[in-house]
Amino acid sequence: MMRFMLLFSRQGKLRLQKWYTATAERDKKKMVRELMQVVLARKPKMCSFLEWRDLKIVYKRYASLYFCCAVEEQDNELITLEVIHRFVELLDKYFGSVCELDIIFNFEKAYFILDEFLMGGEIQDTSKKGVLKAIEQADLLQEEDESPRSVLEEMGLA
Amino acid sequence: MALKIVKGSIDRMFDKNLQDLVRGIRNHKEDEAKYISTCIDEIKQELKQDNIAVKANAVCKLTYLQMLGYDVSWAAFNIVEVMSSSKFTYKRIGYLAASQCFHEGTDVIMLTTNQIRKDLSSPNQYDTGVALTGLSCFVTPDLARDLANDIMTLMSHTKPYIRKKAVLIMYKVFLKYPESLRPAFPRLKEKLEDPDPGVQSAAVNVICELARRNPKNYLSLAPLFFKLMTSSTNNWVLIKIIKLFGALTPLEPRLGKKLIEPLTNLIHSTSAMSLLYECVNTVIAVLISLSSGMPNHSASIQLCVQKLRILIEDSDQNLKYLGLLAMSKILKTHPKSVQSHKDLILQCLDDKDESIRLRALDLLYGMVSKKNLMEIVKKLMLHVDKAEGTTYRDELLTKIIDICSQSNYQYITNFEWYISILVELTRLEGTRHGHLIASQMLDVAIRVKAIRAFAVAQMAMLLDNAHLLTGNMQRNGICEVLYAAAWICGEFSEHLEDPNQTLEAMLRPKVATLPGHIQAVYVQNAAKLFATVLRKHEGATDSQAAQETSQLLVERLPLFVQSANLEVQERASCILQLVKYIQKLQQKDVEVAEEVSALFAGELNPVAPKAQKKVPVPEGLDLDAWINEPPSESESEDEKPKAVFAKEETKHSRPRHTEVDEKELARRREARKQEQANNPFYIKSSPSSQKVYQDAPGVEHIPVVQIDLSVPLKVPGMPMSDQYLKLEEERRQKEKAEKKKKEKKKKREKHGKGKKHDSGPESEEDITPAHHVDIVTEEMPENALPSDDDDKDPNDPHKALDIDLDKPLADTEKLPVRTHRSEPLKSPGEDGDVESVPQEPKKRSSKEKKEKKKDKDKDRKVCQLDFSVRRITDSNKNGCYLETKWVVYTHLWAVYDIQGNLQDGSQVVVSVIFENKSDSFLKSMEFNVLDSLNSKLQRPEGAGPHDGLVVPFQLPPGVSNEARFIFSVQSIVMPQKLKGTLTFIVKSEDSSTHEKLDFKLHFTCTSYLITTPCYSDAYAKLLESGDLKSSSLRLEGVNMPFHHLLARICFHHHFSVVERIDSCASMYSRSIQGHHVCLLVKTADQTVSIDAKCDEPSLLGNVLDEIKQTFSQC
Repeated sequence: MMRFMLLFSRQGKLRLQKWYTATAERDKKKMVRELMQVVLARKPKMCSFLEWRDLKIVYKRYASLYFCCAVEEQDNELITLEVIHRFVELLDKYFGSVCELDIIFNFEKAYFILDEFLMGGEIQDTSKKGVLKAIEQADLLQEEDESPRSVLEEMGLA
Repeated sequence: MALKIVKGSIDRMFDKNLQDLVRGIRNHKEDEAKYISTCIDEIKQELKQDNIAVKANAVCKLTYLQMLGYDVSWAAFNIVEVMSSSKFTYKRIGYLAASQCFHEGTDVIMLTTNQIRKDLSSPNQYDTGVALTGLSCFVTPDLARDLANDIMTLMSHTKPYIRKKAVLIMYKVFLKYPESLRPAFPRLKEKLEDPDPGVQSAAVNVICELARRNPKNYLSLAPLFFKLMTSSTNNWVLIKIIKLFGALTPLEPRLGKKLIEPLTNLIHSTSAMSLLYECVNTVIAVLISLSSGMPNHSASIQLCVQKLRILIEDSDQNLKYLGLLAMSKILKTHPKSVQSHKDLILQCLDDKDESIRLRALDLLYGMVSKKNLMEIVKKLMLHVDKAEGTTYRDELLTKIIDICSQSNYQYITNFEWYISILVELTRLEGTRHGHLIASQMLDVAIRVKAIRAFAVAQMAMLLDNAHLLTGNMQRNGICEVLYAAAWICGEFSEHLEDPNQTLEAMLRPKVATLPGHIQAVYVQNAAKLFATVLRKHEGATDSQAAQETSQLLVERLPLFVQSANLEVQERASCILQLVKYIQKLQQKDVEVAEEVSALFAGELNPVAPKAQKKVPVPEGLDLDAWINEPPSESESEDEKPKAVFAKEETKHSRPRHTEVDEKELARRREARKQEQANNPFYIKSSPSSQKVYQDAPGVEHIPVVQIDLSVPLKVPGMPMSDQYLKLEEERRQKEKAEKKKKEKKKKREKHGKGKKHDSGPESEEDITPAHHVDIVTEEMPENALPSDDDDKDPNDPHKALDIDLDKPLADTEKLPVRTHRSEPLKSPGEDGDVESVPQEPKKRSSKEKKEKKKDKDKDRKVCQLDFSVRRITDSNKNGCYLETKWVVYTHLWAVYDIQGNLQDGSQVVVSVIFENKSDSFLKSMEFNVLDSLNSKLQRPEGAGPHDGLVVPFQLPPGVSNEARFIFSVQSIVMPQKLKGTLTFIVKSEDSSTHEKLDFKLHFTCTSYLITTPCYSDAYAKLLESGDLKSSSLRLEGVNMPFHHLLARICFHHHFSVVERIDSCASMYSRSIQGHHVCLLVKTADQTVSIDAKCDEPSLLGNVLDEIKQTFSQC
């Protein structure tokens, strides 16, 4: 089971965090800080796995963003890499060639996508299409809700 | 009003949305904190608005700020508000915020239960979806308990989208509320065969997670998973299943045998590396579990090793890493197969990726042999020199020591070489492992007697060059080796060539900068060396030299007497006095050497690390008992301070001289004065006396400038381990040559018989150690018991999920079969039916009924039966109750519980746990009950009405198992007893007998009641409806607190308290057929009156009778 997933930039800014086990806020901060240090210190050609505390860390860098997952002792590292890759693909499909800014400015969307893909640290849907369809439909529902407000907002922006 | 709304919404246009916030933060890089604090103020204003859109926007921004590390716990209630919005857009944001911010300590979580329940049952699947997703992050034990049933229902939802989420979240629910596992498991199991692949994979995921933690409970699912494995093509699912099998096989070796073939097929066929890796791992796990006596699996292990080699050779660092990781698992059981890839693994030591090198290091441990140890260590030493980071270097250091010291130095043939390696390791800058090296030095020097002379010489060298090691005292762990060096030189000083020089080295002023515990060892061992020096010189009648040595000590020791460390101070002052006394004797030409060395006589033997723990406690000794009664507090307070200062008094170690003359006394007085003068803790009369020593003339006191070189220097004159390597090789060559000669001779002698002997590669046994090495084993106390301490983590949440799932679903808790065993009671009456036995009020067993079974036939011994009724219930949790009764028989214990079936008002489930108490095997058990008109045992179709049911298991001695029998009941208004028999075969080693056991099952009316909570308004309505008949009961002489009384009724009779006012309470329960039972209980002066109402008068009458019986026993 995945314990948590972090997305952070090369500068050490956290962009997304998802914890699948209840963790106290203080511990979260400590772990994030510690882990970012360890991962950012690694050289580019090093392998994507490391042992950290009692967990296995699987990370991969896409452009300026590090995707970093903590899984348990018995978990399969390669499938975790696959999960990361699949998540990146989903983001890419949703935002259309995703970049770090997309995730910064639409961070709630990134969470929604992640929540459709993983739940409680397990893969929810192994098909990419299924995930995208669920997100599309939920978004559709949201737009129905939102339409009056977005008109107002356009006015405000204009 | 309308204007206000318009004004409000115009204001809103200028609110920041999330994008504005993010942009703002990016534009205020310099004063981010300040900017954010103004934003938070704005958000606080926004949260005060009534407009939910504004609130949602604010909560969304807070979620972002939370990620940046700001505390947003103050907004928890607002998050709940947004969660409860009816609009999906806001609800989604609310749940997202909750899942990011809530944790078990968040108190508002309690308020969410109903909202979540509402969302779970929403007609919109996406509402349900976000609720489930959110819940998966913040579920608490309370939420899990309250919502478990709702989620369980969702597992059978029409939409697979909901089903799969519900299945996944069940795992979290199980973790928080383990009691839900058994009731939910059958449905979860069904989902393994769900038509939707997503749901199926979710179920596989959850069961795999569960089974990985407690595999033994899931063995029965193996066939199902085997089917799934051979039919599924989804790699994600396959990986999970294969992993699950990896966990199951150690428990069931037959499964392993069956798995090998499909797994090897997958290894051959799959192109997905992740799947290949998982298969290899599981094959390894299988082979480990089969490792005893399965020679025909060498092909599989070979296949695995080959595949792993391909991974390791791959250019992808990730595969290389995993290949090495998996190799290390094989290494444990099949070291030979891995050893053949030594070349590859040594190659990985040169990899540029540190993680890969570390993995390779792990493997080296198993690669060494007598033959290649030196070579491998040499390579590692090269890496030590090259290593950049201290962590990696420390890792190398520990690995070198691990490799060399493994299995009692099995692979070391030349200890001189090992000592040199250890000495070389001391040159590492800034290592944390000084103590490790030190303990190795001590261990080798003590246990390998032959090496002592060499070790002592090396240690003396170390001491002499101590300044090289102790460059930076504060953070230098390496000075620990000096501890070992000083001790070895002192203890085995007879091997020292020049003890004088070593003694001098140990008393240099610089030593005083070492950590206290090391100084203490220095001082103590200086005394040992002193003894050796004395003896040496006395033999040579060279009194001058001996006196010089005494003088040296007398001059140098006072430095240590001033030490701030008590241990050092005490030892130093002790020894100083001793030396002074000796000096005096020397001046009189008295021979003292023998007596001084007697102080340190005797060999110290190594003691095994766990020896102390394993000393068996002698019989009759109670370690917890006081030897003397502890003194009162005040006494000890008076005495303590004295004890502390008593230590500072000078001790005279004069073991033999008992007569003390005047002169001696005067000398002592003088000495004490001086001692006191030097003691920083002693209030001195003359302040400058301390300087005496510094002013004293002598070359030794000229401060020596010692140069601390940060670059590790070679300690002069130290033999390099490489030299030993060379020597060793030469020696082996020579030996080999000699052997060959001998063999040739032999061959010549044995002419013609031509024994084939491969003289190519040396086999392990051919290498003889350079010295005769006698490794002293560590001492253990007599009668030491072998003990394996396995400490499992008691806090592991998965421990609670270790629940037997094969037991039929009859209860929500484990039956305390082992904890609450009641002793069988003898019953006097023949065929006695019901006899009440009083019970202690604290113990929760209610009543016992005893029954004696008639003799079946004359030759058989009288078998006694004992029925007792006890219920194990937790009345708060839910409506499941058990009623447990015990059957005792010489061979068999049985405990049964009766539970009403919630779904079917005409069914009662009787679960019986049989436990074999005999030494024989029990089999062919058959359970039969004589049906009554009202109650019938449900038999399989086609069976006759008098056929018994075969109990589907056999019982080896000491084993227990549970069987479940379903009875259909027509009327539940009367209690009843059913007679039955259990037949079984007792099989002992030489004979087998057929036995029969008669019993009675007692169905009380209470066992048809199910605790159902009832609200007071509903209760009032019920009473008002007028459909209920009333009855009443008076109990006299009940002497117990009212709440105990209520608890007793709740507990034994499945009621719940609706309301309680002072000494009056209303209670409610419901039967499996839906009868309402209401009680009004009042108490005054030991008299309890119960007014009861029920829509079924005879049921009520019987329940009241049973209540009466319960209380008549107390």
